[in-house]
Amino acid sequence: MLAARDPRRTLGEVKTSRSSDPAAERPVPGAEHPARQYTVDADGVGIAVHEWGEADAPPLLVVHGGFDFARTYDIFAPRLAAGGWRVVGWDQRGHGDSDHPELYSWDADMRDALAVFDHVSPRRPLPVVGHSKGGSLMTQLADAQPFRFTHLVNMDGIPYTRRVPDVAEHERTKMAANEIAGWLDHRRSTATAQRKPGTIEELAARRARMNPRLSIEWLERLVTVGGYESADGWRWKIDPSMRFGGFGPWRPEWTLMRLPGLPMPFLGILGREMEEMGWGTPPDKVLPYLPYDGRCEILEDVGHFVHIERPELVSQIVLDFIGEPPSGGAA
Amino acid sequence: MSIDTITMLRHGKVHLALHHLRGATTHGGRPLLILHGLGEAAPRTVPTWADNWPGPVAALDFTGHGGSTIPRGGGYTAELLLGDADAALAALTEEDPERSITVVGRGLGAYIALQLAGARAPQVRGAILLDGPGLAGGPTGPTSQSFFSLPASAAPPDPYALVELGRDLRPPDYATLFVRLALAGSDLDEPIAVSSVFRPEWLDAVARELGVLDVPLAEALATYAAV
Repeated sequence: MLAARDPRRTLGEVKTSRSSDPAAERPVPGAEHPARQYTVDADGVGIAVHEWGEADAPPLLVVHGGFDFARTYDIFAPRLAAGGWRVVGWDQRGHGDSDHPELYSWDADMRDALAVFDHVSPRRPLPVVGHSKGGSLMTQLADAQPFRFTHLVNMDGIPYTRRVPDVAEHERTKMAANEIAGWLDHRRSTATAQRKPGTIEELAARRARMNPRLSIEWLERLVTVGGYESADGWRWKIDPSMRFGGFGPWRPEWTLMRLPGLPMPFLGILGREMEEMGWGTPPDKVLPYLPYDGRCEILEDVGHFVHIERPELVSQIVLDFIGEPPSGGAA
Repeated sequence: MSIDTITMLRHGKVHLALHHLRGATTHGGRPLLILHGLGEAAPRTVPTWADNWPGPVAALDFTGHGGSTIPRGGGYTAELLLGDADAALAALTEEDPERSITVVGRGLGAYIALQLAGARAPQVRGAILLDGPGLAGGPTGPTSQSFFSLPASAAPPDPYALVELGRDLRPPDYATLFVRLALAGSDLDEPIAVSSVFRPEWLDAVARELGVLDVPLAEALATYAAV
């Protein structure tokens, strides 16, 4: 029998993520701890910001993908900063060191992004580099608010089409039923959910199943910057209520449709090798959608994480594309 | 006589108010769950149209509405509200997959009732879709978009709910997916009833699907009360 209680109005209880200990960070050649870290308020949600490079250099934004966090730019961002830029990344809500709010959505991510844009470069355009979901978010934002961008670089973040299994209609209905019921079952458990604890090596090995092309050395570093240690082991900081995948009315091709009309210089960088965390976009399919002032670099024998697999090459491609930083500390 | 006792449910970090308008002690039949429209709140008494329902009557306040949590920084989707409705389903059936409910939704709540009927087809014996605020929803495809922050409000309804759920995408083929799921998973031949006068594009598509009754509310209630 259900217990009756007095009605209770509650405002949201934002949970703050736990920071990791810089002294515990596993070193990797070329990886650098951010020069500055702080929090930006986005409608009551704390968004953790990380910066590399000189504080008075012109800003350049880097946007991470889903289930990643800004510190996945620990190798890539310092290389961009070496080109004379103040490189600014942030943890999307629920990721990294940002707060874990009650709700997550594409539009909420977009508003959080605008809080960072407004903090870093209010009403002044700047170059933006996005990876995976971050690239897709920024492609949509560049269409909605082009005045904020001088250049847009999209690293393997161009959705093409939903992968539909080649099965009969009734089988697809059954798969959809299982997918939605599985999502709801997960939602029922999220009030008390926790990420599974383990050693640094165990968490890195789990991540390696999703990111098989990345080195264990790098993944172990990610655990120490994207996880926290408690009495029973390490856990990823990402909100345990979040789940890979999901369902809804959105279709990947709707983001692709925004690409041809982008007014700012556009560069796509795609790896030829398909991976589980990628959009599964065949690089050649993107070419007909490029804007007039756009081009695409397709990297052979590179997977979804182009900037982690080939940081030297990809950072040089990006620096060549965006050009010399403007003088005077603004993009 | 109507009794409004309230159970606070958890859906993730959100507390949801489930109003028990008529209890199981006086009416032992299948529960009727009422889902409100956009910007509304659950009724505090049994609506007159539900007087003859032969079971308990409950009504849910969605996230950001009525007595439920107002989240910080928005992030609403129809699918989140489906999770809200699923939490109410779990409570009303005491998480027994053999037990079922009938659901009536107004406006936005009608869209969520449809989703619940598809997502939990064996446990939803009848979903009735009514007119109400938020019935139309947003566009059916990509549009030019605007993104802006809204002032925080400690009083319901949450302004973010009004904006985000007032423009959520509702492609007709996405809506009809839930009809097919309901039909595939329910032992009823017609598990969904469209009783609204207004038929936005998604609802018009739903009403044309196999397995959907197109009847007035009283007839739909009588039909599902009898099965």
